[in-house]
Order: sequence, then structure tokens, then C-alpha cells
Amino acid sequence: MSTRLATGGRLLNKSTSVKFRFNGKYMRGYEGDTLASALLANDQMLVGRSFKYHRPRGIVAAGPEEPNGLVNLGEGSDFEPNARVTTTELFDGLRAESQNHWPSLEFDVGAINKHLSRFLPAGFYYKMFIHPRPLWKHVYEPIIRHSAGLGRAPKTRDEDTYEHFYAFCDVLVIGGGVAGLEAARASALSGARVIVMEQTAHWGGRTPVDGGDINGMPAQDWIDATLAELGAMENVTLRTRTMGAGVYDHGYVLGYERLTDHNPEAQGPRHRLWRVRAGHIITATGAIERPLSFAGNDIPGVMLAASVRDYVVNYGVSAGDRTVVVTNNDDAYLTAIALKEAGLDVPAILDARVLPEDSAAMARAKELGIRVLMGHGVSSVKGGKRVTSVAVCSQAGEGSVLEEIACDAVAMSGGWSPVVHLWSHCGGKLMWDTANACFSPDPDQPPKGADGGQFVSTAGAASGVFQLDDGLNDAFAAADGTLRCLGRKLPRDAKASQGSRNDEAPMAPVWLMPQGASVKLREKAWLDYQNDVKVSDVRLAAQEGFVSVEHAKRYTTLGMATDQGKLSNINGLATLANALGEDIPSVGTTTFRPPYHPISMAVIGGEARDAAFQPIRRTPMHDWHASNGAEFEPVGQWRRPYAYVKSGESTHDAVMREVTNTREKMGLLDASTLGKLIVKGPDAGWFLDMLYTNMMSTLKVGKCRYGLMCNDNGFLIDDGVVARIDEDTWLCHTTTGGAESIHAHMEEWLQTEWWDKKVYVANVTEQYAQIAVVGPNARNALEKLGGMDVSKEALGFMEWADGVIGGFNVRVYRISFSGELSYEIAVDAGQGQAFWDALMAVGADLGAMPYGTECLHILRAEKGFIMIGDETDGTVIPQDLNLHWALSKKKEDYLGKRAHQRSHMADPDRWKLVGLETTDGSTLPDGAYAVGEGNNANGQRNMIGRVTSSYHSPTLGKGIAMGLVHNGPDRMGEVLEFPGTDGKTYSARIVDPVFYDKEGAKQNV
Amino acid sequence: MLIVSCPNCGITAEETEFHAHGEAHITRHAVGSSDDQMETYLFMRKNPKGVHFERWRHQYGCGKWFHMARCTMTLEVFGTYSAQTYSPPDDLLARIDARRPGWREAT
Ligand SMILES: [Zn+2]
Repeated sequence: MSTRLATGGRLLNKSTSVKFRFNGKYMRGYEGDTLASALLANDQMLVGRSFKYHRPRGIVAAGPEEPNGLVNLGEGSDFEPNARVTTTELFDGLRAESQNHWPSLEFDVGAINKHLSRFLPAGFYYKMFIHPRPLWKHVYEPIIRHSAGLGRAPKTRDEDTYEHFYAFCDVLVIGGGVAGLEAARASALSGARVIVMEQTAHWGGRTPVDGGDINGMPAQDWIDATLAELGAMENVTLRTRTMGAGVYDHGYVLGYERLTDHNPEAQGPRHRLWRVRAGHIITATGAIERPLSFAGNDIPGVMLAASVRDYVVNYGVSAGDRTVVVTNNDDAYLTAIALKEAGLDVPAILDARVLPEDSAAMARAKELGIRVLMGHGVSSVKGGKRVTSVAVCSQAGEGSVLEEIACDAVAMSGGWSPVVHLWSHCGGKLMWDTANACFSPDPDQPPKGADGGQFVSTAGAASGVFQLDDGLNDAFAAADGTLRCLGRKLPRDAKASQGSRNDEAPMAPVWLMPQGASVKLREKAWLDYQNDVKVSDVRLAAQEGFVSVEHAKRYTTLGMATDQGKLSNINGLATLANALGEDIPSVGTTTFRPPYHPISMAVIGGEARDAAFQPIRRTPMHDWHASNGAEFEPVGQWRRPYAYVKSGESTHDAVMREVTNTREKMGLLDASTLGKLIVKGPDAGWFLDMLYTNMMSTLKVGKCRYGLMCNDNGFLIDDGVVARIDEDTWLCHTTTGGAESIHAHMEEWLQTEWWDKKVYVANVTEQYAQIAVVGPNARNALEKLGGMDVSKEALGFMEWADGVIGGFNVRVYRISFSGELSYEIAVDAGQGQAFWDALMAVGADLGAMPYGTECLHILRAEKGFIMIGDETDGTVIPQDLNLHWALSKKKEDYLGKRAHQRSHMADPDRWKLVGLETTDGSTLPDGAYAVGEGNNANGQRNMIGRVTSSYHSPTLGKGIAMGLVHNGPDRMGEVLEFPGTDGKTYSARIVDPVFYDKEGAKQNV
Repeated sequence: MLIVSCPNCGITAEETEFHAHGEAHITRHAVGSSDDQMETYLFMRKNPKGVHFERWRHQYGCGKWFHMARCTMTLEVFGTYSAQTYSPPDDLLARIDARRPGWREAT
């Protein structure tokens, strides 16, 4: 069993006991424990079930590489799935539940899958669920969704807060082990601004566990002294519990700081996202131990050797009473020695190597009385939910069992792989290190920055340098090189810290144990614990032709679990290479992508939630709308009133009332959001002729003209009324959403194509409040307010004039988007509310009511006016909307003119705008498609048109719609069928799109 | 995330302040041009792995357009220059020659 030892535990505060709950069971740990060490201390080795076969899974590692120990943490608003037990610090009251099992962790029905494992090979989903196709949606997918997935999604709102933090530095050191500290120390001596990030709560990394001296003192003393030195320097920032998550272009780095995870009662944000721009980055991210591939290597109790050592030294926890060590290198001997020194039993060390003489570590192990079997390995591990014994074989053979050793834990080591993720994120290349059988950073192919120079360096084990003395020298050299890149220098008297050295025997690569393992053994040799990928799966993928490592990864799902292949990657590659008969470097690695280790979604959002999610634009009359029943809808970043709902009314009722009232009496619309662009200069007329499809240079001062704008691909992008203000000034109205984009569009052409033209454009949208006064009583109201002459004779349809109304300086446009008598009146933004109030007051006797955007839409649809974004979608040209009249024939050129001559655009056989009227008066579903004769190649009904706008018209008392229909205008009177998503089929007749006052008699009065 | 220098206002800032708008030095073809010319103008882009001349706008800064020469593979920035030109300046081309010998043949 795993248990707490009487001694040891350098990271524990044994005077503070901590109570927590796992699967409803109360347990105790100490302050300083991780959830993993506390679970092991309570003999809870079993922590989850695997993804596919629901195999029992135990803790394997002690750091972020842990593949199995994922739990649901907390509950309610604190709930978080997939928390890793090895990176979760224990706190009083912690509640955790294991994942991916049903009905319980101990007894799981899904484990039956293991008996089906012969039928669940690599690519199983692809092979099995493709036929018959109709079964996918209703049978396969629901079952797979039910059984797949690890943690649950949280159901309630996260009440914690998160923040972003911007930082700049010359040197960012990622990793606070001895190499990181040495690199930081050396860098800081130059005066450079240095930030050091360490992902755990402790400095020094593995060295205090592994032992060794630095500058003649025990490593921990050197760590303490160096921290004190760095802490005293003003140019140095030290952060623990902060992981370097990703390295991005030009020295941009994301750091992930976990501020209160270990102390949920604390005030302040839970996580902080560091957004760092660094001159140079040193990754001192250490190395990760590799598992060995032998049968039963996934049985709970089989752990990484160095992790077993970590639990003993750091937490005073033993993984088992009797631990068999199996290795291909010297490092695992340190585990055997540590276990023995802690009074635990190590019945044997199985060393796959055959060596001519003993190294220091081997000699020490033998001195302690440990039996060492060279050239031996594991044939298979026995046990179910816990290891019971190990069958020993000769590594060179095929797995014949020589003896069986009873034990309750296995500590395995397949060698070490440098953590190269951060080096690789931005294009740093790797090279194969034959001596250590690992990929390490290739210093000749580093990530390149804005100036083409190197901007990431590695230090210590992350460089593939595993001895303490070499690691410190490497770190010092990394700092030296970094400073050179930055044009800085180390002080002349700066010296590298000197580490001690262990004489080690070389490791020997072992990718399968025993090397000739039979199919039966390979089927039980796990590569990816979380995703259940075995040696046999990768070999099958190779056999089936998945020769590219990226394809084999996706086919088998190797390395695609939440640990992203930290343990499985190299073993998987080696297995693939072996199956293909190639060497590992030529097979290559999969791509390393950020983040290194999962970070919370909430921290990416940071403060951007609720009101701070995005800025909201409000018109000068916004507050009045809000206090008069407005239901708002977002239009770009604006909030516009959708309708003003009175008590007792539904939203639909309100819209219908607003339409009828505006048609019969008078309506007020806040039109301030419409874009207003001033285009001015000697060449402004020429410029607008190029931008609009119709002629704007001939527009007379005092007149307005409706215009269309296309891009040079010919597609309609905006529309609006243009007014000529004076000889060289035009005011262009754009759609609400188009103000910024059309302004940018104008600037683009002026700056990048016609830079010799003298034109100036200003976006004055927010300078004015604009109110549409609409309806038969509109003129009456303005006359009652008094001031300028607004009669038909003085101010005709499509004219504008400056003047004074009711004491306000106004610019009045006689334009109509409703078909009614209409004045759009602009006042200075600061006068908007006062003018609105004056209009409401004077209109009280005339039936004045405000109306919202939905009423506006119905009014324009009744008139057959198009709306950009409804009738257009980026693929529609003016000809499709029967707007040929707005395409100038006189102009030699305008944007889109040549494109309209391209064969597909000029094709008469296009979908064109028509009106649609349901045969039973109902309202067509917006976006519905009309179906024609026959089926397409996919067996779907052929489509011949679609609804672009659809409303119930209170004026006509029925549903009206506009749509684009194949050769629509030639098919007047034809009835089309529109299947709805509600299962009903709607019938509608093709009619003229102008439903109301076709002659325009009502607006031209 | 790139760091970009605007040659119009002189500010060096994060990429989020700017907006990229594709290949630079495209010749506009209009009425009177052939279908092939139109196709080239509207759709055909070099999309090189290496040296690329691009149009950018200092969207959330001075609002001005400019050009940038950049390596699409390593993201090295060779320089930024005025939008009001039909070709990159000679000194910039010389700098690219020095950094990427043979790049002209490759594009
Ligand atoms: Zn600028």
C-alpha cells in the first residue's frame, strides 16, 4: 500500500493538518501536500478510469506530465473539471471526485470495453461508425457522447475573478530550477530587467531531491542564497505558481499565474494571465522522465521512478512497501537508494542494460543490499486495481518468465526528454541526441524574432544537459548569449556557479520491453495512458499506411489527451519508427503548440465579461429610450431600440402599433447611428463617382441622392443617401454598421491607389444626433415648433436645408426610408435629447410615438427597400436586386463596374429579388429556402431561392417577404414551396417587392 | 503576435493595433482590361514561403496605410515603408538581398 512515512517530506508543514474529501470520503493531509501526495498518503492509488477501456488508472507522475490523475474539483460556482492531482495544492476543505467512471470508481461498467479491446483497435471510430450513415445521428453519436469525455462541464456561473497583466522585460526566464536561477542571476548582473516564472510553489526544481553541491554548498543552501540575491535586485521579478504557457512571435509570452487555487478563501483574482513582451526568453523548463513500454505498465502502482523519489523526499509518502525498479539508466538507482534509505523494501532493480562495470550509483545500490539484475526487464506486471507482482524476463528475449517478484509498486525509467515545448512553439528546431535518446533543441536553428535574430535560448536540462555541473555552465552560457543578443554584457568578474558531478554509466534506449515482445504483450503495453493507446495500436497504424507521424497521431489519438503526449510522445515516435523500419529522427516529432499545459478558459477572458466584455456605443437619446420601454438590440457596438413596449403589450404588439401609428399619424426614430462621412476637396466629386455606382459629381448643392457602393469584386457593400453640401463637400450617409468600414474603405482607396487626388474624409457620425420625423403629421409638428419653411415648395423630396426649428440649429433632409412624408433632422449631438423632447412635446397632440428598428424594417419592407445585410450577403450584386437604374452608364469607371462584366456576374441566369406573399397570409420563416424539381448530387432537394426578409405587415394584414429567386422577376405569380425547420412547408407566391404605395404618392407631399 | 512599426506616425506597437490587408503592389485593372487581367487583379496572389510585401493599416493608431516587407516563414520584418509607392524602396531591397540571398528568384 501507499502510505505516509514517519520521516521525510521537505515541502510539508507537518504541524498543520488539512482535511479534504475524495469521492465523498474524508481524508487528511498536511499543508504543503499536493492532492496527489495526500491521496497516496491515504492509500488512494486508484484515481480514475481511462478514456476508451475504462481501465483503472493510478497516479504515475508528480508533476504536470501526470496523465491519469484528473478530477472534478469543487462544486457549484467553484466547480472545475480535469484538475490534475499533481498540480493541485492541497487546502482545507478541498473536494475532489474522480472522472470517467460509472457507476463508481471501484466498479465501472465501461471496463467491459477491455474485453472488447480486440475489437476496438486504432481508428476504430473511423472504421466502425461510417456505415450505415443514418445510424450516426441517432444511434452512434449519442452513445459515443455519453461514454466519451472525461470531466463534466460546469453548470453554474464561475464567481471567481480573473485578470490580465501586461509586463515588459529584457530577459524572461521560464523555470525556477537551479538552471533557471543561475540564468536569471547572470542576466540580472548586467542590469537587464529580468522576470523569472516558476510553475510550482517552490524554487530549485529537482535538484534538492536529486542532491549535489553548488559552489561547495548543499544545493538547497545555494538556492536560498541565490533567491535572496535575486530578491534584493530591483531589476528582478520572481513569480512562483506561474507557468510559462506559450511563446509567440517576436518575444510575446503568456504566463499563467495561479493566485488563489491553493487558498480559495483569499481575496483577489484566482488566475492571472501575464502578457509579457520579452527581449529574449530563456527556457529552463527541465526534463520529463519517460515510461517504459512493457505489458501491464498501466496498472495502478506502476509509476515513474523519479516521481516515486519525489513523493518520498518531498512529501514523505511511499508509493508502496515493496517497489521493483526497472530502468535503462542510472537515474532510477537514486530512487532505489532513496526508498531503501527511507526503510522501504526494494526487492530488485531490473536494468535493461548490460554494462562492463558498475557506475557509482550501481555500486551504492549494491552496497545497500539491493539485488541488481542486469540485462533484465519486465515481461509483464500482474495485478488489477493494484500491482501484485512483476514477471521478470531477459530484455533481449521475447518475454519468457524467469521469475516472479511480489511487489506493490513498480518504479520505471525509460530515460529523460527535455521539455522543448516552449523552444518549439515559435519554430525552434530539434535534433536527435543519440547519447540520451531524446530530441533536444538544435542551437543552430533557434526561433527567430522581428530582426531575424534568435530570441529563445535554453538552459540546463531543457537543453538536453543532465549533469548538475554541465547544467549550471549551460545556464550561465545561455545568459551570456542572451545578453549578447540584447547588446548587453556580463560584468567582467561574473562567474558561473560550479556544480558537483556524478559519474554515470550511459543510458541505453529501450522502446519495447522485452525487445522481442510478442503481440500478446504488446497489446498490454501502454503508450498513452489517458487515451488508451498501446504499442500494438501504433504498429497497426503503421501497417495500415499511416506513415506520417502527424497522421498516425490523429488516427490512434496518441498524445491527443489533456497531457498532450508529455509522457507518450517519444515512446510513440520510437514505436512508429520501429514499425516503419526507420530511425527516430527521420520520423520526426509532432508539432508542439501552446499552451504547454492547460490554462483556464476564464483567465483567457480575464476581466472581459459582462459590462466590460466590449464597449457599448450609446446615442445621445439612449437613456430616454431605456426609460421609455425600449427593448434594445445590438447593431455593431451600438444598442438601438428594437421596440418601445408599453405595459400590457407584447413586443410584437408594440411593433405592430408603431408601424400603424407611423403610417397613420407620426413616428420618431433615433437615426443617430447611421454613418455620416464628410467627403471634401477639389477631387471629391471624382472620388465619389468612383466609389458609388451612380453619379454623385452632378448632384446639385442642396439635393440628395440614394447611392450604391460596390467593392471592386462587384459585390454590393453599402448604400445610403448622399447630400451635396457645397461646391466641394458631400455628406455620405452609410448604414449603421458601415460607418467605420466605409470610412476605412474610402481611406484605403485614397491612400493606396489614388493618393494624388485631393480629397479629405472625416467620420462625423457621433457629432450629430439625427431624428427621423415620419408620417402624415410630420410637417404639421415641425411647423408647430416654428422656424424654417418646411413646405413642399421650400423643401422638396430629396432636398436638404440648414435652418432653425423650435430654436434649434438643424440640418433637415427630406428623405424617406418608410414611404411616408419624412424629415431626417440632424442637430449637434449635445442638443439631441432636448430636440427629441421638443418633438415629443409638440407631437403629443398629433399622435407622435417613438418607433424602433423592427418597425423601421417593416416600413421599408412594405416599400420594397433593400437592407444591406438582409438582401445582401457579400455575394449579391446590384443587378440581382433590380437596381440597374443606379448603375451609371455614363461613367467610364467605378469600383465594381468591370467586375460586373465578368461572365458569372453578367449571366442572366441568377437569383434575383422578388416579393413573396404566403398563400394563407402567414409569415414565411426568415432564411427559408425554396425547393425546386429534383435532387442534387448529395440527394438533397434542389434549391431555387431563399427568403431574405420576412415580416407580418400590419398595414396589409398579412405576411410579406422579400427573397432572391432563380430568374425571379420572370416568374411573377408562380407559387413556390419553402420547407421550414418546423416540419411545415410554406407556400408563397412571387409578387412585386413593393407592397405599399408603389407610386410614392405618400412620401412626395 | 508581431511587433509592427508604423512609418507614418513612428509608433512601434503590438500587432493588435494594426490590420494586415494582403499582398502589396497589386495593379488595379478596370474597364477595358481582359478577363485574365481581371482574374489576376482580383484573385491571383503569390502567397510565398519567404519574403512577402504586404499592405497594413495602423487601424487603432494613426489610421494610415503603409507597406511592410516580412518573411512569412520566420516572421522577420525587413522594414516598413510608405503606402504611396508602386514598388519597395531600393535600400529595403538591398537589406532583403543581404538577409535572404536569392529571394528574388524564389518569388
Ligand atoms: Zn501610425
